[in-house]
Parts: sequence; structure tokens; C-alpha cells
Amino acid sequence: MSAHALPPLQKPTATTAYTLRQAAQTYVGRTVLTIGQLAIRSGEILAVVGPSGTGKSTLLRLLAFLERAALGEMTFQGRACGPDWPDQPARRRVTMVVHPPQLLRRSVHDNVAYGLRVRGTRQPAQEVAAAIRQVGLTDLAGALAPTLSSGERQRVVLARALVLRSDVLLLDEPTANLDPGNVGLIEEIIRRRNGDSGTTVVMATHNVFQARRLAQRVVLLLNGCIVEIAPTEEFFQRPRHPQTAAFVRGDMTY
Amino acid sequence: MLVSALRHALELIVRGDPQLWEIVLLSLGVSGSALLLAALIGIPAGAWLGLRPFRGQAWLTTLVYTGMGFPPVVIGLLVYLLLSRQGPVGALDWLFTPTAMIMAQTILAVPLVTGVTMSAVRAVDPALRPQLRSLGATDRQIVRTVLTEARQGVLVGLVAGFGAAISEVGAVMLVGGNIEGRTRVLTTAIVLETRQGRFDVALALAAILFLLALVANALVVRLQTRLR
Repeated sequence: MSAHALPPLQKPTATTAYTLRQAAQTYVGRTVLTIGQLAIRSGEILAVVGPSGTGKSTLLRLLAFLERAALGEMTFQGRACGPDWPDQPARRRVTMVVHPPQLLRRSVHDNVAYGLRVRGTRQPAQEVAAAIRQVGLTDLAGALAPTLSSGERQRVVLARALVLRSDVLLLDEPTANLDPGNVGLIEEIIRRRNGDSGTTVVMATHNVFQARRLAQRVVLLLNGCIVEIAPTEEFFQRPRHPQTAAFVRGDMTY
Repeated sequence: MLVSALRHALELIVRGDPQLWEIVLLSLGVSGSALLLAALIGIPAGAWLGLRPFRGQAWLTTLVYTGMGFPPVVIGLLVYLLLSRQGPVGALDWLFTPTAMIMAQTILAVPLVTGVTMSAVRAVDPALRPQLRSLGATDRQIVRTVLTEARQGVLVGLVAGFGAAISEVGAVMLVGGNIEGRTRVLTTAIVLETRQGRFDVALALAAILFLLALVANALVVRLQTRLR
């Protein structure tokens, strides 16, 4: 792999959550993601934008250690993700919320308690109740989760991730197909968690307005490649790449 | 005749005929044991077959499906040959014992439990598994959770397995021998009584078999609504 010849452009430190270099992911021979290099800072909200099928979810799954890149190098919190990666403690520092939301046929409470239970917490009632309160579902704690409305379901899966207090939160389309009330509520929860706990948030969205409202940096993916990564203001006000400008204008919204 | 037979059947049941009770209890004991064994084998096997693709999976699935509809009497014959004095495990002296009947019924029920569990597990959205993994679940915990999600289907598999076990005649007759007081169960007793023209007793036994099935399934349905 020629990647070894390249000097590391950004040295992984305590302030770097992830670095990826020359990373590529392929499914049955088709390359779906090629990342020349990408560093994700600890404590930032990074929005990954781009049209559907452009590799956003694949990138999130790599960061969640749910998949291993076919090629390239990756570090997490300063450690190289070697062949025996991920170990269970590292995996449990990162929580991804997949899209569409996946709920268990159990109560809201039991859904939110799931991650704590698999970690061996016997009576997680207090933390669970607090997380459910945070997403405004206290009255529905006993309800069967899959019977809720789509906005409520999205809030359940968010609470289920929040309760774990992981270092990194990976959110795939956290507000897709939701009404403005729910969108505002969920965005506020994400913002607050990031502000209060310094949780690193990487969120995939095809909603550029959401990226602008929430993120400190934005990265545009097109056909599995990074077109531009920049601080939010710069990304929207002075995009360097014509494709970014087009995407921001909405000419490329699918 | 049907009416008088039914009346006699009712009498036998109400009176609590000791011989009758022996038959009922043996039926329940044998088929219950077979169900327990089939569950212990079939549920993990079904989960394994349903959760991850592997080489030879299609072949094994075909085998399970074939087993689901296999003629029980052939299974009875195989168990007979296995346990007969000249057979590989003839020394155990299990032929014509309840153990032999449990064996036959277990072999009969395992493909049903496995096959239905497998399809129930496959019906759970595969996207659930990476989500559980990212919530911190280990492989083992993921399998347990997926089985819990598929609980309705797994329950149906157990119902089918128990139904096949308790209603089996041919295999049980072959390996059990229908020995009075030892290996006579409801189905084999019905055959015997019918052959000897004692239709009232046969009907009484049939009524009990039907009632047992009804009660067992009523319990399952209640459990099902509780599990949702």
C-alpha cells in the first residue's frame, strides 16, 4: 500500500477523535467510498452532507467500527485501528444511531435501557428515566416503542444512544422526514449534549440547513469522495469548489 | 352411537379412570420431553441457520425443510433399527421404552422448531443487528435479542413441534410397542380401541387428545398476546 510512504499530515493527538488516510470501502468489488484524508476533532459537530447514495452512511459505519475499510489507515483517539480492532472497550466509546431507526418490540423504557443492560448495569432506571425525560417522552415510557409516531421513534433511538454517554455520537439522518417541531427538539438535544459534555458528533444529513444550524464543520461527499471540508461559515459563504456552491444553492438537492 | 359413545367418554373422563390417566400422563410426559429437547436443539440451530450466510446453508435449509414434512414412520423405522438388539446402540435396551418414543418424537419435532425459528429470525430486519452492536452488544447478546424479537415465530415453531409429537402414531407404535401400562399413549390407544370395536373408549381418548391440544394452544395464545 503506497499510503505508508506518505507522511502523516495531521498527527493524531488527544484532540483528534479520528484520522483516516487513503481509506476506501468496497462492496462486491464496487468502490463506494474513497477518503484521501480526513481528521475529525474531539468535541466538534461535523456534518457530512451530500446526496443519497454518496457514501455518508458507509463513512459513519467505518467510524462506528461496524465495518472495516478495505484499504487504508484509521486511528481512533490516537490509537491505530489494527487488525484486531475494534476491541470491545473501544467500540463502546462510540455509538451510532442508524437510519431508518431500529426499535425493539419492547417498551420505550426497555429500548432506552438496552445499551446499559448489555454493559451489565442491573438497575439503570434512573439514567434511563433521565434520558427519556430529556427527549420529552416521560409519559410514553411504558408504551410499546414501535407503535409510536416517527418523530417519537426518532427521539427514542436518540435517547437510547444519549444514555450511554459515549465519547462519539454518530447520527445517520437524525431528523429525516420529521416535522419542524421534532426537528427543532432533536437539534437542541444534540447541541446541548455537544456543549455540555463535549461529545464528538458526526451526523450524516442531506439537509444543508440542518448542517448550517448545528455543525462547526461541514464535509461534502459526492460519489464516495470528499469534495470539500470547511468550517461551516466558510463552507456556506465562500465555498472553494463549484460543486459545493451548487449543493449549497440547492441545485443538487435530490 | 356417536352420542352414547360421547356420553361414555365423558363418564370415563369425569370418573377419572386410572388407566386412562396413566395413558394421558405418559402422552404428556413423552411429548413434553420431546418438545423440551427439540427446543434445546432447534432454537439455537434455527438462529444459526437464519442469522449468517455460510457455505452449505442452502443445502442445510433444504434438509430442514425436508425434515419438516418427512414421513414419521420412516423416522420410527430408523430409530427402531438403531435401538434393536443388533443395532448400533442396542445394548442400551431402549427399544419399547418411553425413551425410544421420546427419541422418535424429538427427531420429528427438531426440523419443525428449527425451520420455523429460522424463518422467524430471518424476518427480523437485518439492519437491527449493526444497531445493537453499536449499542455495545456482544455477538451472543445480539443473537439473544434477535431471538427475543422473533419470539412470536419461535413460539409457533414450538406449537408445531408439540403438535407433531403428541399426534404421532406410526413411529411411536414401532419403537414403543403400545405396551399396556408402559408405552401406551393416547394415539396408539385410539388405534387399538378402534380396531377392537370399542368406539366409545376410542372416542373418549380422542376427546381428551383434542382437549389437551386446545388447552395447550389456549395457553400459547395467551402467552402470545402477553408477549405481543
